[in-house]
Amino acid sequence: MTDMASLMEDRAAAKVISDNLRKPVDWDSPKIARNIKKRYAAERRFKIYGLAAIFLALTALFVLAGSIGSKGYSAFYQTYVQLEVTFDKSVIDPDGTGDPEVIGRANYDGLIKSALRERFPDVTARRDKRNLYGIVSGGASYDLRERVLENPSLIGQTRSVWLISGDDFDMLNKGYIDPAVPEGDRRLNDQEVGWYNELVADGAVDKQFHARFFTNGDSREPELAGIWGAAVGSFYTLIVTLALSFPIGVLAAIYLEEFAPKNRFTQIVEVNINNLAAVPSIVFGLLGLEVYLNVMHLPRSAPVVGGLTLALMTLPTIIIASRAAIKAVPPSIRQAALGLGASPVQTVTHHVLPLAMPGILTGTIIGMAQALGETAPLLMIGMVAFIVDVPGSALDPATVLPVQIYLWADSPERAFVEKTSAAIMVLLAFLVLMNGLAVYLRKKFERKW
Amino acid sequence: MSLSFLLLAVAALCALSFYFGRQRAVALSGGRHSNLHSLPAHYGAYTAAWCGIPALFLILIWYMFQGTVIETLIISDLPAEIVNDSGQLSLALNSISLIAAGNGEHLSVSPEIIDAGRRLGNLQTVANVALVVVILSAAVLGLAVSYRKIEAEMRARNNIERIARYVMIGCSAIAILSTVGIVFSLLFEAMHFFTKVSPLEFLFGLEWSPQTAIRDDQVASEGAFGAIPLFAGTLLITLIAMCVAVPIGLFSAIYMGEYASPKFRAVAKPALEILAGVPTVVYGFFAALTVAPFLRDNGAVLGLDVSSESALAAGLVMGVMIIPFVSSLSDDVMSQVPKSLRDGSYGLGATKSETIRNVIFPAALPGIVGAVLLAVSRAIGETMIVVMAAGLAANMTANPLQAVTTVTVQIVTLLVGDQEFDSAKTLSAFALGLVLFLVTLGLNVFALKVVQKYREKYD
Repeated sequence: MTDMASLMEDRAAAKVISDNLRKPVDWDSPKIARNIKKRYAAERRFKIYGLAAIFLALTALFVLAGSIGSKGYSAFYQTYVQLEVTFDKSVIDPDGTGDPEVIGRANYDGLIKSALRERFPDVTARRDKRNLYGIVSGGASYDLRERVLENPSLIGQTRSVWLISGDDFDMLNKGYIDPAVPEGDRRLNDQEVGWYNELVADGAVDKQFHARFFTNGDSREPELAGIWGAAVGSFYTLIVTLALSFPIGVLAAIYLEEFAPKNRFTQIVEVNINNLAAVPSIVFGLLGLEVYLNVMHLPRSAPVVGGLTLALMTLPTIIIASRAAIKAVPPSIRQAALGLGASPVQTVTHHVLPLAMPGILTGTIIGMAQALGETAPLLMIGMVAFIVDVPGSALDPATVLPVQIYLWADSPERAFVEKTSAAIMVLLAFLVLMNGLAVYLRKKFERKW
Repeated sequence: MSLSFLLLAVAALCALSFYFGRQRAVALSGGRHSNLHSLPAHYGAYTAAWCGIPALFLILIWYMFQGTVIETLIISDLPAEIVNDSGQLSLALNSISLIAAGNGEHLSVSPEIIDAGRRLGNLQTVANVALVVVILSAAVLGLAVSYRKIEAEMRARNNIERIARYVMIGCSAIAILSTVGIVFSLLFEAMHFFTKVSPLEFLFGLEWSPQTAIRDDQVASEGAFGAIPLFAGTLLITLIAMCVAVPIGLFSAIYMGEYASPKFRAVAKPALEILAGVPTVVYGFFAALTVAPFLRDNGAVLGLDVSSESALAAGLVMGVMIIPFVSSLSDDVMSQVPKSLRDGSYGLGATKSETIRNVIFPAALPGIVGAVLLAVSRAIGETMIVVMAAGLAANMTANPLQAVTTVTVQIVTLLVGDQEFDSAKTLSAFALGLVLFLVTLGLNVFALKVVQKYREKYD
């Protein structure tokens, strides 16, 4: 019954079409002209949608880069305050021994505090004094100590010294604290802003390049915190990752591409590699926590565990890239080598592998760049600890650049916002460098067979 | 320190045995290489392999079991009342390892613990020395045995190539091993969790508050482990991300593939790919410090109450992250549609956009669906953006302006900081991980199948 009905419908439709065909179309009629106009308008609209989509995506990229750049550039310089510091002999080296050990142990903090009190003699209340000491960073005493140890003849003299300022004064100087907002809503009270203005009027406030940011480890004080510790941790982690995933990945790729028979084992391996490439990174973190820490009892927070975890994660990337590179080597090369009497292994090691190496290296660098930017699995294995010391080996507790960014982003101090952005800039610079190297390798050694 | 020393020592022994093996082959050949079955270097490689591979294998096995074995030995000597209470046991083990490391002077613990600490220290020293002795003797033994086996007629090349093949098979098997490792480590701890909380409650419960009492005398909630709010939050954020990524990704793929001049393509395509290369922690920072305040302030202007950890901020930024993923996958798929379909459509007078909408897009639809599913699985597993920009409160809401939490956020919060592998709180992270793994795995397998089927259709 329904067949019948649909057949009738089809026939009716066919008749309408053939009637229409029989009538000559007047291509100049206003109806057709309107129709064409409409279709062309739709065409233009569609094209604009496409362009708008790309424009939106690129805008997002520029806003991202712009917001990080504008927030972070100020972290590369730091506010310094000039003070008249008296290198009091009775404080530094009362017995005049000249022994570096005695000089090293002296109370330089006290020297700075008395210099501040001398600079602002009318500050007497205990609370105000504490605020006053906040002008200079807690790390300034180490600078002073270094200076005296280097040049013991300073003892007993009074010199004007540039000292690194505390984070709140730094923020005020960089314009992140607005003195115009009501006193209760900002970190510094009116008195402190007054001191700042007085120092500025005397020309005793200056900005200098902030080298500590690149040479220090982490710190609770924003003005003393640096990325060197995290950078070294990232370095050790990546070395372990590379040392494991590169040989294993390349050997597996060679086997799968050149030697593997078509059997169940090979099939399972291929399915596994494809799936591992898509497993969320945090799951690798859970694996690392359970296997490396709970079962194997490797040290927590150590780059070696991070490297082991990331190696499993980058392995699929390297295997897939290496297989593509090996596959791109034409069979004629292999046949020529085999024809000259090389064994299959010799064919691969002497001919196929060297020719595929640029492609393999490109894939490896891209995999390493991914590993360098990875955060989530490292949180699982305890690389989020607050670590001041720069790690000395792959077994010391450490953190890595992306985790350092995460930690700083969580810190409440306003000054850590610019540190975070600056650390992101450093991380992105490394990534750009690595990806640039990969592109260069590809361009330079790319061969069309 | 001892490990890197050991590895260096093994490497040195390998180099030495390569030299010895080669020398012996040269000596046996009597100056004529044609007397040998293989090249002298093959004999060297043969001895080096026998020296190095067993040693490395032993090191691996040793490190896998050393910790567990020592811990079992220590536990077996502890008094029963400590061993039977898991909380006390982990505390005791902690102090024992502190004492063993020489940092336990300030601890006020019972003499058994101090004894155990000393014993642990001794055991660790013994284990380290034993490791060095065992490994080095294994290496030397391998060297000696293989050295003695070298003869002029020995098929050294075939031998070494067979070894190389086994090593390669072993490397390929690591892919399987890591999958097995993931499945077992997740299953093991999740099973542990399901003995404390029933799977039904976990999968269908509507309340999530994993805070449990640490001590028995504390007044605290029991802790609720219903994961539905987490799933809902994950879905909400994924949905927002897809609303951003799918249209923008698809349209940019269409424009790149069909309209753009080669010059424009050469610039815009790598620029889009940059979005995929930015680390997720950077996106998280961007979402938390730029997008979220922007949304909150503008919402306030419009009279909307936008939470400062809104699902919208995290979802939008996640969408931006996924754009290049969607766009490059669908670009691939659409470029595979046969030219004949396109030409047929143009021949009938269709415009470009009509061809794309009515011919190419329907033909490519299965592949695009596959691409979108892969993108969904990536959004579900994404961690850092949501950890930094989405909240911790397990709200059940469909309002994108409110804070929600996701599976990955909870895994991170549960496992960062103190972990107690006997409390439901820590173990629940593994159950969540298991769900996450299974869901993303299912999505991937399904999506890959769809894409593959689509490829076969047009091949």
